Amino acid sequence: MMIEVKNLVKIYETKKGTVTGVDHVSLKVEKGEIYGIVGYSGAGKSSLIRCLNLLEKPTSGEIHIDGVELTSLSKTELRKARLKIGMIFQHFHLVSAKTVSENIAFALKAAGLPKAKIHDRVTELLDMVGLSDKKDVYPAQLSGGQKQRVGIARALANNPSVLLCDEATSALDPSTTKSILSLLKKINSELGITIVLITHEMEVVKTICDRMAVMQDGKIIEEGNVYEVFANPKQQLTRDFVNSILQFELPERLLEERQGKLIKIYFQGEIAEQGVISDVFQTFKVRGNILHGKIEYIQDIPLGIFIMEVTGEQVEIDRAIAYIAARTKNLEVIDDAA
Amino acid sequence: MMLLDNLISMLPELNKAFFETIYMVGISILVAIIVGLPTGILLFVTDKGLFLENQTFKNIAGFIVNMIRSVPFIILLIALLPLANLIAGTTIGPTAASVSLSVAAIPFFARIVEQSFREIDKGVIEAAVATGATPWMIIKDVLIPEAKPGIVQGVTITIISLVAYSAMAGIVGGGGVGDLAIRFGYYRYDNTIMVTTVIILICLVQLIQFGGDRIARVVDKR
Ligand SMILES: Nc1ncnc2c1ncn2[C@@H]1O[C@H](COP(=O)(O)OP(=O)(O)OP(=O)(O)O)[C@@H](O)[C@H]1O
Ligand SMILES: [Mg+2]
Repeated sequence: MMIEVKNLVKIYETKKGTVTGVDHVSLKVEKGEIYGIVGYSGAGKSSLIRCLNLLEKPTSGEIHIDGVELTSLSKTELRKARLKIGMIFQHFHLVSAKTVSENIAFALKAAGLPKAKIHDRVTELLDMVGLSDKKDVYPAQLSGGQKQRVGIARALANNPSVLLCDEATSALDPSTTKSILSLLKKINSELGITIVLITHEMEVVKTICDRMAVMQDGKIIEEGNVYEVFANPKQQLTRDFVNSILQFELPERLLEERQGKLIKIYFQGEIAEQGVISDVFQTFKVRGNILHGKIEYIQDIPLGIFIMEVTGEQVEIDRAIAYIAARTKNLEVIDDAA
Repeated sequence: MMLLDNLISMLPELNKAFFETIYMVGISILVAIIVGLPTGILLFVTDKGLFLENQTFKNIAGFIVNMIRSVPFIILLIALLPLANLIAGTTIGPTAASVSLSVAAIPFFARIVEQSFREIDKGVIEAAVATGATPWMIIKDVLIPEAKPGIVQGVTITIISLVAYSAMAGIVGGGGVGDLAIRFGYYRYDNTIMVTTVIILICLVQLIQFGGDRIARVVDKR
């Protein structure tokens, strides 16, 4: 177990009273995992992730990182523990008065690395994030994506066991987001670094996470393997998030002109690849018309949704639907013309 | 012709006064930087939510700084004569005047330093804390470089204030250009000398401001 959070509570004291940021959260992250936490604004995601390296001091609860309980450490011990917990931020937070190399070297100096070794390590890190040609440039001259790469290099400088990402791609455009996500994925698979990221974009979770949690009002309301959560969301909020990726609107006209039954079929895993639909047409005397469809690949496993109009004799339609329902996990009759 | 002769006869005096001003301002700004910079840093890093948070220290230091700043300079100048005697061994002359000027400049500069630190993005400081760096490293490698343009501007403002304050040093026989202006221009109605000294002061201040702005721009990487 790389990260274990037990009963974490974070309460902010403000002039207007107390605000609960994190409300009794417990979670575990395995070594080498990419763990994503989603939630709307104010859900407590930042509060939670900032407690993981004690940037925010928890009100109560325990935080174990790589076997060390952080809340009981002395200041010096905490600094030492932080060397092994990298963090990147939405707005990068680079030192504007220092060059790219100097920004990265700072983290190495913090670890007390001798000068002679710092230069080599900086070169290595710049190479890893693809910024070798920018080493003497100041952050103001970099694009957002490049700044985040510097942030990543700085966070990885001391070979951390954990990388915390606070909305790391939220300030970036979609294509830059993709490139940063694939860099994170590469870091995770090549260096085996455990990653915890928070985001309000389901797309990010879908792209790189292994497991995920959904946060609302300071609590984790749903958790699990990303594919499982996408395929079978249990809470309404989770469904909303999943729908942000999988949902699509059917034109009004189609609904008006339909003749048979409109069904929505969810295909999961290998079922999506098997020819369930063609089997149906061979076995039953029905005609089908796919009106809309989409297959998303999550962790390389397909998750498909199709909306189909089935026409024919009522008995045959019912049998066909029963057959599809049995073969797929999830079938919804949207609209019954009959 | 009379005017020019008058001016030429005063040249040695003007020259001496000019260097006395430079001397007083120079010593005071040095002391202000040496003592005021660390004070400003401490005022900032002991603030709420920062990495060396310490309310007691912050309140006491803040109180002392405010107290000195609220005393009118003329009073400070006279009240500190015993201290000047202790440090400079005399209560008259530019060295003695530098003691009071320094004491006045320290809290002034410290607040400017504190203010320039306050303008640093809190996130940048947090990112440094997250790397596991020591407070000293964060101060040296993050706070000071980030606040450098503001600090340079603060030095400029402090020097200019010191030039103005140093004119009052004449009261304790401190000397300097301002003293000359008061002695000749005000007491002896010698307009040539008064105008000349004022022109010198104007040029000096313009030069300092120009130099300060240039340096601030060079160190600003934003
Ligand atoms: N420093 C603070 N002082 C007081 N209240 C705070 C502080 N930080 C966060 N909060 C409150 O805690 C709650 C959770 O905030 P948090 O920033 O963790 O949410 P979030 O999920 O990260 O939201 P966002 O997506 O907008 O960043 C909010 O109600 C917020 O107002
Ligand atoms: Mg946040």
